[in-house]
Amino acid sequence: MGNLPFLSLVTFLPLLGAAFILVIRGAPDIVARNARNVALLTSGATFLLSLGIWFNFDPSTADFQFEERALWMPAFNIAYHMGVDGISMPFVLLSTLLIPICILASWTSITIRVKEYMIAFLLMETMLVGTFCALDIILFYLFFEGVLIPMFLIIGVWGGPRRVYSAFKFFLYTLAGSVLMLLALLTLYLHAGTTDIPSLLVYDLPTGLQQWLWLACFAAFAVKLPMWPVHTWLPDAHVEAPTAGSVILAGVLLKFGGYGFLRFSLPMFPEASITFAPLVFALSIIAVVYPSLVALAQEDMKKLIAYSSVAHMAFVTVGAFSMTVPGVEGAIFQMLSHGVVSAALFLVVGVVYDRTHSRDIASYGGLVHRMPVYALVFMLFMLGSVGLPGTSGFVGEFLVLLGAFQHDAWVATFTATGVILGAAYMLYLYRRVILGALVKDSLKRMKDLSPRELLVFAPLIVVVLWMGVYPDPLLGVMHVSVQNIVERLDVARAALDASALAVR
Amino acid sequence: MTVAVVFLPLLGAIIAGALAFVDPEDKHKKHRIDAMAQRITCGALLASMVLALIVFWNVAVQGNAHTVTILNWIESGTFQVSWALKVDTLTAVMMLVVTVVSAMVHVYSIGYMHHDGSIPRFMAYLNLFTFFMLMLVTADNLVQMFFGWEGVGLASYLLIGFWYDRPSANAAAIKAFVVNRVGDFGFTLGIFATFLLFGSVHLDTIFAAAPGQANTMISVYGTELHALTLICLLLFVGAMGKSAQLGLHTWLPDAMEGPTPVSALIHAATMVTAGVFMVARCSPLFEESDAALTMVTVVGALTCLFAATVACTQFDIKRVIAYSTCSQLGYMFFACGVSAYNAAIFHLMTHAFFKALLFLGSGAVIHAMSDEQDMRKMGGLWKLIPVTYALMWIGNLALAGIWPFAGYFSKDFILESAWGSHTFVGHLAFWFGAAAAFLTAFYSWRLLIMTFHGRPRADDSVMARVHESPKVMLVPMMVLAVGAVCAGFIAYEPMVGHHWGSFWRDSIVILPVHPAVEAAHDVPLWVKLSPLGVGLAGIALAYVMYMFTSGIPEMLTRRFRPLHAFLYNKWYFDELYNAVIVSPAFRIGRGLWKGGDGALIDGVGPDGVAATAVRIARGAARLQTGYIFHYAFAMLIGVLILVSWYLFRVTG
Repeated sequence: MGNLPFLSLVTFLPLLGAAFILVIRGAPDIVARNARNVALLTSGATFLLSLGIWFNFDPSTADFQFEERALWMPAFNIAYHMGVDGISMPFVLLSTLLIPICILASWTSITIRVKEYMIAFLLMETMLVGTFCALDIILFYLFFEGVLIPMFLIIGVWGGPRRVYSAFKFFLYTLAGSVLMLLALLTLYLHAGTTDIPSLLVYDLPTGLQQWLWLACFAAFAVKLPMWPVHTWLPDAHVEAPTAGSVILAGVLLKFGGYGFLRFSLPMFPEASITFAPLVFALSIIAVVYPSLVALAQEDMKKLIAYSSVAHMAFVTVGAFSMTVPGVEGAIFQMLSHGVVSAALFLVVGVVYDRTHSRDIASYGGLVHRMPVYALVFMLFMLGSVGLPGTSGFVGEFLVLLGAFQHDAWVATFTATGVILGAAYMLYLYRRVILGALVKDSLKRMKDLSPRELLVFAPLIVVVLWMGVYPDPLLGVMHVSVQNIVERLDVARAALDASALAVR
Repeated sequence: MTVAVVFLPLLGAIIAGALAFVDPEDKHKKHRIDAMAQRITCGALLASMVLALIVFWNVAVQGNAHTVTILNWIESGTFQVSWALKVDTLTAVMMLVVTVVSAMVHVYSIGYMHHDGSIPRFMAYLNLFTFFMLMLVTADNLVQMFFGWEGVGLASYLLIGFWYDRPSANAAAIKAFVVNRVGDFGFTLGIFATFLLFGSVHLDTIFAAAPGQANTMISVYGTELHALTLICLLLFVGAMGKSAQLGLHTWLPDAMEGPTPVSALIHAATMVTAGVFMVARCSPLFEESDAALTMVTVVGALTCLFAATVACTQFDIKRVIAYSTCSQLGYMFFACGVSAYNAAIFHLMTHAFFKALLFLGSGAVIHAMSDEQDMRKMGGLWKLIPVTYALMWIGNLALAGIWPFAGYFSKDFILESAWGSHTFVGHLAFWFGAAAAFLTAFYSWRLLIMTFHGRPRADDSVMARVHESPKVMLVPMMVLAVGAVCAGFIAYEPMVGHHWGSFWRDSIVILPVHPAVEAAHDVPLWVKLSPLGVGLAGIALAYVMYMFTSGIPEMLTRRFRPLHAFLYNKWYFDELYNAVIVSPAFRIGRGLWKGGDGALIDGVGPDGVAATAVRIARGAARLQTGYIFHYAFAMLIGVLILVSWYLFRVTG
């Protein structure tokens, strides 16, 4: 069992499924049905397979595990190199968990070009898992950018009325950032002579070069995360994307930014990270307060949750750049938690959107009368979003703030205001959609969750509560890898302090 | 045993919660499901109460304090917390108070919510609340306390908004949650500061280390601060939110939108006292910071007087009692502030009995009056509902601090300790507290007289339907009435008597430099008698103004119109917060959205770039006109430029 090439299997099994769907022929409804079944089966099998990674994972080492290596372009020393550590492994699981849920959630709501839709999602899964497993910067970049293609199509083909504008905005925004990162990666290669991530992680770059590379990578990751002020693509993309597209966008794609900080910026450019940390904190604090206030004023459910995503992801950068063990682990945990909770919230919106085709908050009210189970599910994820203790949201936010407080109490204090504002806009949303008297005629025939929809939410509910009550198994996976990064940063800080002394 | 006390209510909440989703076809079946939910939740709570009594005996009387660790919770770096239940005397007292009041409220709710359509949901919420409250009082670390803390906040939110068709209930629920979040913001920062100083948030560890850190300064917020003062003040912000102290009190009166049993359980007897419990629990920390204690005293004293003044002018029977609760919490806080933590918990306990009784009594009145809450439309009820009337008398006598009712002992002792503290703020608290005691007695009898005496002011149809409550409501009130009568003189000796240390053991720490509790026993006679004196005077004044003469209140209202308006409008706190915080937040949010995101970032960024690209492309397209002479002309200009450049280079 331990010798299986787990990572390649998990990465490329979805692609195999996609190829299989591609050759399905026949009447349109039969093709659609088969495409759905194949997609669900493939992604389900992929998820089960990815559990094997978790069960065989050794949490006592910071080294990469399940490594696979094959020379790809020998002339340039570029290899197909895969592997996971305690930082990337949970994200692989997050991706493989969400894809089958997405496919199940799109079961009835997608009726046109079902075949192509399923192919896009399976292709996406390959790209997502590949990004988190890649241990070669060229390979990483391929996957990292490759995600844009299925996502662009999903928004542009199956999206809402303004889908083309949003798709292009999304594509160009992220591409602009990524091009800078490509330059940085190439410079890195020319300087260090290798594209191998494990080698680069221990390579010492000169401080001046670090700063340029850090800034170039920052552009890419900040757009992905997204950080203020390059966040405006996100609300538009979410609003126009189909439900499952939003789920993947919020659930996994945004995590590329945070993952990039943890995989590249912090360990490869530690001195630059320390230098630029105040910049990150300043932007993050704005990104907590500003979108939270904007969320208060929203009239569109998806936009509101999109803005809340910006605020929640700002916690990630605060935690990561606090450069403490709780802060960094909190940042990872916050990403995982947000991956589940915000994905679930978009699914929650999708449920009523499927029924009424309106995202307008004002067109709802009093849904609890007709949909009590839905109200409970919404409540649970709302509580996860506001970070109630006992849900996953609390553990992430708490650890981030704990780490930030050790680093700088002001940063923690300003960031913590997001917790107050978060409660305000989420409860206000819940009140306008779920509570109140049921007076609108259009809502009087609404049906509560179907068994299929319950099946979509059930795993997410379990995960949110499990991560809130007993996060130990998940945190345990991270300890050693995070410790490793933090130690590297401590060494860099000592070196910086020493050189500052020498100058004086 | 301890585990069962805490988790039985959770089990009940889950089962009753599941029953809430059963959709019965007919009325008969629905009735069966309701009854099942009631039986399960009340059974769980009564069992929990009996077990809590055994735990109390074991821990408080026999001295077997213990901690039960259940599960590892969060571990990251050097930070570590577990799910664990810590039971010492302080916890045992709280467990007993919580389970007894909660069990009584559960039983009472069977009668009170009889006509409601969602009985299983209501009972599940009550059970859930009790679970969170018990988690709060049994926490062995600050983070788990925070879990219970936020959990009771959630239950409070759910129960205030229980009748979710009412916009006012929904607004009050959100307000309660968000204002509490402001307090919780302080609480969490306090936890972080604790971890920074002690490297742990485990109660036993930090309490043991506190004396050693008495003079430690830490550099946070860019300056050097006295570490324990910072921690205590931040924690106290949390306590102010939960316990509705001045500034963060605005949610409590609005919380009266919830069903009356909820007001009795959550917004009078238990949840709102969590702040007092927290300060008492952290007595080893607060003892090391005189600045924090002074702050606690001042806030408590101000709240106690402020709320009492407002209570005198309100007409909604529940709001009067709500402000009274706010005021009584002020007493508890300044008791903590003068280091009489045991007196605070003593008053917490007696208050739980008599205030729950008063709320349940007013619930019975509201029930009898067909859901009328305005005292101006009551009156003349005492002959019609004599048992409720008698019970309300007991509750009010206890609240006003008349011998030998429970409030007499606890309130007296708090005022005596305030005097005995021999500090400036302690004496200030004494005078404020004495003034509030006068007002307390006055508004209590104002409530009693307006509700039960005088001419009936309600419609005849309402009056015709006035009836005494069923036994299922009266019996729980009687149990609480026994507490309101007896709890004072029974608990006085063990809790605040000379040998209080042998009861509390090490669950409450009072340093010898803060001798208020000892000094309280030998204050001058006039200090001892004054609370009783002002209480009787307040009652007398209420009789004069509302029973024996007529027109005095109206005359005073006219004569002191601005003052009355100021008090009647609750010192304009809500208006102030709306003007300064709530509406600006929405306006700024809108401005940032349309102006910041829309006009500025998108306008200059992607949309601006796109528009510029389109403009340039249009311009470039315009150059291609298709006329040959245009192209020829352009070529000519090109040649000219080339030649001149060449000539300049050669010659220059």
